[in-house]
Amino acid sequence: MSRKFMKGNDAIVVGALQAGCRAYYGYPITPASEIAHAASLHFPALGGTFIQAESEVAAINMVYGTAGMGIRTMTASSSPGFSLKQEGLSYIAGAELPCVVVNVSRGGPGLGNIAPEQADYFQVTKGGGHGNYRLIALAPNCAQEMCDLTVLAFDLADTYRNPVCILADGFTGQMMEPVNVPLARPVPFDHTSWCVRGDAATHRNLISSIYLESADLERHNLKLDEKYRRIARDEVRFEEYQVEDADLIVVAFGIVSRIVYSTVDQARAQGLKVGLLRPITLWPFPSDRIAELSRRDVRFLSAELSTGQMVEDVRLAVEGRAPVHFYGRCGGMVPGSEELLAEYGKILEGGRS
Amino acid sequence: MKITEKPVAFYPEFVRKSGPHKETTHYCPGCGHGNIHKMIAEAMVDLGINERTVFISPVGCSVFGYYYFDCGHMQAAHGRAPAVATGIKRANPEAIVISYQGDGDLAAIGTAETLHAANRGENITVFFVNNAIYGMTGGQMAPTTMIGQKTATTPRGRIETVHGNPIRMAEIIATLPAATYVERVAIGDSKHIMKARKAIRKALTNQVENRGYSFVEILSTCPTGWKMDGPDARDWLVEEMTKVFPLGVFKDESDHREGAWHRHVETFEPAKRDAYLGAGEAEAKAEKLPLPAELHCKFAGFGGQGVLTLGLFLAQVGMRAGLHASWIPSYGPEMRGGTANCSVNLSERRIGSPLVDRPNLLVVMNQPSLEAFTGEVVEGGTIIVDTSVVENCPELPGRRVVRIPATGIADEVGTPKVANVVLLGAICAATGAFPLAFVEQSLRETVKKKDLVDLNLAALRRGYEHVRDAV
Repeated sequence: MSRKFMKGNDAIVVGALQAGCRAYYGYPITPASEIAHAASLHFPALGGTFIQAESEVAAINMVYGTAGMGIRTMTASSSPGFSLKQEGLSYIAGAELPCVVVNVSRGGPGLGNIAPEQADYFQVTKGGGHGNYRLIALAPNCAQEMCDLTVLAFDLADTYRNPVCILADGFTGQMMEPVNVPLARPVPFDHTSWCVRGDAATHRNLISSIYLESADLERHNLKLDEKYRRIARDEVRFEEYQVEDADLIVVAFGIVSRIVYSTVDQARAQGLKVGLLRPITLWPFPSDRIAELSRRDVRFLSAELSTGQMVEDVRLAVEGRAPVHFYGRCGGMVPGSEELLAEYGKILEGGRS
Repeated sequence: MKITEKPVAFYPEFVRKSGPHKETTHYCPGCGHGNIHKMIAEAMVDLGINERTVFISPVGCSVFGYYYFDCGHMQAAHGRAPAVATGIKRANPEAIVISYQGDGDLAAIGTAETLHAANRGENITVFFVNNAIYGMTGGQMAPTTMIGQKTATTPRGRIETVHGNPIRMAEIIATLPAATYVERVAIGDSKHIMKARKAIRKALTNQVENRGYSFVEILSTCPTGWKMDGPDARDWLVEEMTKVFPLGVFKDESDHREGAWHRHVETFEPAKRDAYLGAGEAEAKAEKLPLPAELHCKFAGFGGQGVLTLGLFLAQVGMRAGLHASWIPSYGPEMRGGTANCSVNLSERRIGSPLVDRPNLLVVMNQPSLEAFTGEVVEGGTIIVDTSVVENCPELPGRRVVRIPATGIADEVGTPKVANVVLLGAICAATGAFPLAFVEQSLRETVKKKDLVDLNLAALRRGYEHVRDAV
């Protein structure tokens, strides 16, 4: 391993290359553009492919084509561009192809602004496109995870033949931190049984998401559902800090989890027993762990850069057993430590629900 | 091969097809797809490419191409086939990629993908089946529907001033320099079919020989959509459609493009990636320097003064010292209007928030930044001011103010551009965080232009000495 000081967005490209991703298709958008910049530099230099597509719609469909060849491929964008990819993601999920899609999200709705927000949570975790499908969603909170979770994303995509989304934000994309560059490895997956490579071995395979017969489509959807249940059972990832004795458990992901982490020790110094639960997978969501924690005398606070999205999943997991509070900023406004500490104090003293 | 035989590139039975009749197509009587499919299958056999071929099924009646052709198949979203074809061809240049599209798919919802794939000169073959109507969805207007033609959505006929004119795609594609071969043909009678057969063969041959992008527009019949019987449909195609969509070759550079569009795929070996990205290199000597106190810094000034780079230099010094380090540029209105700032954290512990809202070290290189950020500095914190730029710098109770004419010193060293490095030296002296020799070594590794290393080292020392001597 060697350490490099790099931007989160650049770390994504490094992770992708080391995971064996050979083709990048994308369309520039702030604050995700550095991913395209780095990809345009590094992919061709290593014998891979980079295309600046004519649109986000075209880019995700190029990903579809390459993914169907059984080759690791990705695209990256930011919120408005991620919206445009929804059609393709539904098809890719329907055809059960593996790929990685990065959303370095920004402020919305509409054109919004280029400042960080986490208001694409619903879109990423609840479907976004049409039909019965799920994306596996990973939420890195530092440059090292931008790299490492990208490697993991490709493995999960191949394991489940499903698109995996990395939901980052403007801060994690633009922030620079030391990154241990992982060693490259060969791709351990053989896709001959289903891919269409344009060769004799795979020429009778078919990649498609069309099932005109109702019974066939129901069978297909139930098969997908069974896969999503397996993912929900086996792939939940989260991190905890000081939750064991906490009176208030703050649930936060991405950049907000970093700010909350800073406040946990400060809160404890003030006599407030606060802990952090950070979902690393947003889907599947760590519902079981939250349910388990909710069975004692505790309060939850969902802290987000939105007007309240993940809080719904926290409430679903808690099922009314404990109070669930929400604190959010949006539009690029980010809560400071003092602001959060004041909120913790208010919740623990006032018991406002 | 006899024309009357069923080409072996067709499955003997269409087993993927639902229903009992596995030897007939699902197309309506008189539909042109059957003829076109057969000509493509024959060409695939004659060129010996069916096992190499990936056929992209579009949205429309021909979505079921995979029932018939004994080759690889990918089904694409409406209009996206050229993008999918690009993804296939770039992943495997040896694959023969056929994008088979109808008029809505190619000339309405997929216009952008169509034009851009052609404009990139993708080495693919596009068969554009133009039947002037949306067949599958119930006979609505297509981009190619002719003026006066009645459809489900132009019940009074297509009107130029209301619905626009029929789009002539072959003519448009032919204007793009990267397109190799563009021809419009028709089926209908056997004379036209024989010409179409030739064009289909040529378009596929071009791809096999890496001659680039070929586009064959095939005027075709849709008796059901047109509400005609088969013979009338054939006559209408030949007599009416060809008036609006003239047949012929619009572009042919097949002879000048040999091998021109073949994209070689090199090896993608892990060892090559490791060497390129520097993974697995021996870790820089982990000096693990103790940090007297955690640093939560803000660097602010005008854009172009190098404040962001200054923060970056310090963060990289921290990384080399085995510390946790973070650097983040500001997202605020100060990004515009010529000012810039960044936050840097250095710590022996894991760093929480990378944002610094209460700095214990503030470095300012202009007056607005001093006014904006001094109030945020914690009690006992340090403010380093470039007094060459900041004229008015009052004493601040409870904060240590370090004054240094950094830009002036940089000028003396050689260029005002190294004012930020002068300040880096000042930071080292003021905080005692890193020994000068260690920072010097970091700069040697960090400064990309090697002929500028000495200049930077001089600036660093001057900044360091100025503050050390002042103390």
